Amino acid sequence: MLRDITLGQYYQTDSVIHRLDPRVKLVATVCYIISLFIVDNLLGYLVAGLFLVLVVKLSKVPPKFIMRGMKSILFLLVIAVGFNLFLTPGETLVSFWKLRITKEGARLAGFMAIRLVFLLMGSSLMTLTTTPNNLTDGMERLMGPLKKLKVPVHEIAMMMSIALRFIPILLEETDKIMKAQIARGADFESGNLIKKAKSLVPLLVPLFISAFRRANDLAMAMEARCYRGDGHRTKMKPLIYQKRDVLAYGTVACYLALCVFFGRYFLL
Amino acid sequence: MDIIKARDLVFEYIRRDEEGNVDGITRAVDQVSLDVKQGDFVAILGHNGSGKSTLAKHINAILYPTEGTLLVDGKDTSKEENLWAIRQEAGMVFQNPDNQIIGQVVEEDVGFGPENLGVPTEEIWQRVEESLKAVGMYEFRKHSPNKLSGGQKQRVSIAGVIAMHPKCIILDEPTAMLDPNGRREVIRAARALNHVEEITIILITHYMEEIIHANKVFVMDKGKIAMEGTPREIFSRVEELKALRLDVPQVTLLAHELRKSGLAIPEGILTREELADALGFPRQMPRREGN
Repeated sequence: MLRDITLGQYYQTDSVIHRLDPRVKLVATVCYIISLFIVDNLLGYLVAGLFLVLVVKLSKVPPKFIMRGMKSILFLLVIAVGFNLFLTPGETLVSFWKLRITKEGARLAGFMAIRLVFLLMGSSLMTLTTTPNNLTDGMERLMGPLKKLKVPVHEIAMMMSIALRFIPILLEETDKIMKAQIARGADFESGNLIKKAKSLVPLLVPLFISAFRRANDLAMAMEARCYRGDGHRTKMKPLIYQKRDVLAYGTVACYLALCVFFGRYFLL
Repeated sequence: MDIIKARDLVFEYIRRDEEGNVDGITRAVDQVSLDVKQGDFVAILGHNGSGKSTLAKHINAILYPTEGTLLVDGKDTSKEENLWAIRQEAGMVFQNPDNQIIGQVVEEDVGFGPENLGVPTEEIWQRVEESLKAVGMYEFRKHSPNKLSGGQKQRVSIAGVIAMHPKCIILDEPTAMLDPNGRREVIRAARALNHVEEITIILITHYMEEIIHANKVFVMDKGKIAMEGTPREIFSRVEELKALRLDVPQVTLLAHELRKSGLAIPEGILTREELADALGFPRQMPRREGN
């Protein structure tokens, strides 16, 4: 029942983008998002679009995989575009009934749509080309300087990777408990929303108990294998920048410069 | 050289009621003294609640003795400064295979121990390769642990401990949640390590068949050591074992009953072949391992 849920939408293939250091991909994604908000004209969005197409091509991820994620923001997109379209004051373009569309509104709505779509495509491209493990590693290293501010960076990363490890186990367990309760006459399907939510309580209680028991066992197993937090540890797979990573940083910098140049100083 | 030396070991659990007041004290381990030699294969046998798991957790310094002393390779487990050295030397494999695998890929999990010890990167890879080969899981190194069978998961856990280069491995009921095939896999891996790598194995179990290959067996009951000896010595005391609610392997039981009804065969028969020999049958049955 719950088996077909896939978490972390990693697309397995071998490409330049897949092989990039996760830190590069994280930084590049942040830069790309920033660029989308710097840019303020069509030419700028053309640059952003071309860059995205180029990266998608390089990543060898089929475009339909990236498009699949669009469905989830469709609702948000419609609302954002709608509000911008109808509620922006300015020179009237079309008006019917009580609604009127202004020139500025149309422009804003169009840009908003492009922004949202590019933003989601860019960030889903990152998760599609980076394993969750690599991603947590990259985040741990990037947030490294925060350790000086007593932010428990290593612990957060460790928690994330353990959570990822236990998601399939807990899903399987939920499935088991559900089946056991259905076998004894529990009903998870019918009734209204409140009734359905109530029927989940007897499912969640045993699940929580078991999760705590697992956490206790795991903590003991980790201690038995000499885990004592950060500090003494070495890495089996350390992150080391390669030539291609430096090149990628360069490309991202060039892209940002182009965006600022076209997106800010040319009017269209 | 004794790798483990316990003297009058006592461990008490303090039970508390809901307000946190002391409700009672349970003695889980009571005046246990035992010695384990380097390179031995020792089995600790006992019924549920006999204190065998509590004893095991002492060897890895997860629990500290309430009274008495426990020395692992000459180091006192109750001293804070020995903690990490003891945990490196005496590795531990737990019962539930899912709850002790940390990595999302088999090789990463095996590398977790050496990472914690601060082993340099190249050596980690070397150790991971050796350990996975030692338990016969090398071809699964890139797999996700979730896709493995129970026996395979336990072998990965054992590899994770071997990668820390311990002198001694404590297996705390490693087969309790496995099917017969998985049980056989794990016991075979443990025996191979004992033979080839000469690692001391301490196997905690309540399956009698698994202790046949041990050099020495301790039987625990109510926190005390009730019996001690080689598997053959232990199995020749069928009545005592029954009194401790432990099941004797079928062959041994059959031999015991035959002997009781007057047949002249020795006590403590462990395998079908031995019984056949004792009864004077020619060997013609195909040999099967684990029986």
